[in-house]
Amino acid sequence: MSAHEHQHHEDHGSVKSYIIGFVLSIILSIIPIMIVVKHMLSPVATIASILVMAVLQFLIQLFFFMHIREGERPRYNVMALILGMVFVVTIVGGSIWVMSFNSQVQ
Amino acid sequence: MAQAAAHDHHHDHTEHETSLKMLGFWIFLITDCILFGTLFATFVVLRTHTDGGPTGKELFEVPIFVAETFILLTSSFTSGLAVLAMNKGNRNALIGWLVITALLGLAFVGLEVNEFATLAHDGATISRSAFLSAFFTLVGTHGLHVSIGLLWMTGLIFQLLRRGITGVTKRKIMIISLYWHFLDAVWIFLFTVVYLMGVM
Repeated sequence: MSAHEHQHHEDHGSVKSYIIGFVLSIILSIIPIMIVVKHMLSPVATIASILVMAVLQFLIQLFFFMHIREGERPRYNVMALILGMVFVVTIVGGSIWVMSFNSQVQ
Repeated sequence: MAQAAAHDHHHDHTEHETSLKMLGFWIFLITDCILFGTLFATFVVLRTHTDGGPTGKELFEVPIFVAETFILLTSSFTSGLAVLAMNKGNRNALIGWLVITALLGLAFVGLEVNEFATLAHDGATISRSAFLSAFFTLVGTHGLHVSIGLLWMTGLIFQLLRRGITGVTKRKIMIISLYWHFLDAVWIFLFTVVYLMGVM
C-alpha cells in the first residue's frame, strides 16, 4: 500500500515540478515576444524559432501539467495522442502544401 | 478476510473505472485537437486573403494578446495547484485555487470579448474578408471552449462545497484540470500562429 501511495504521489507531480513548468512556460513566452517585437531575426528565422518555442511549450504542458506519462500501462492515451498528432500534422501541413500551389500562401 | 478482499475488489473496480473515464476524456481532447487542427489549417491558408481590408498587423494589439497569454498560463498553473491541494485532501485550498483559476479564466474571456467588440466596431467583422472569417472562427472556438470550462468549473465548485472531496468529485476535478491545461496548450499555438506571426 505504501509503495502504491508513493507511486501515486509521484504521478501527480509536486509543487516544485509545477513551479518549474510554470517558469519554463513563462520564459518560452517571453522569448518569442521579444524576437517578434524587437525584430531580432529575419522573417524565416523568426517563424522557425517561435514555432519551436510553441512546440516546447506544448511539451511542457503535456509532461509537467497534464502528466501524459501517468496512468496504467499500456498507455493508450499516449498512443491516441500520437495518432491525433499525425492527423493534425497531415491536415495542417497538407493544406499548406496543396494551397501553396496556388501561390497564395505566404 | 473476506470483507477485506471484497473491499479491495471494490477499490480496484472504481480505480479501473476512473482510469477508463480519464482515457475517454483524453480521446475527447484528441478529437478536439483535430478540430482545432482543421481550423488552424483554414486560418493559415486564408491569412493573406484580406480583400483590401485590415490585416493582422493593423488589428492586433501586442499588450492585449500578451496579457491574455500570461493570464491563461497562470490559470493553467493555478489549476495544477488545485489538483495538488486535492491530493493532500485540503478541500478549502482546492476550492480557493479553483476560484482563482476561474477568475483568471473570466479575465481572459473578458479581454477577448472586448477585443472582438473593438474589432467589430472598427469594421473588422467576420464577414469583411476570408482572413477575418478564419480568425473569428478559430479564436472564437477557443474562447467558447474557455467559457464552457468556466461554467463547468463553477458547477464543480458548488459540488465540492456540498459533497467535499469524494472519489467522484476527485475524478471530475482531474478531468477539468486536464481540459484547462489543454486549452492553454491550444492557446500557445493561437498566440504563435495568429498573433505573433500576424504582427511580425
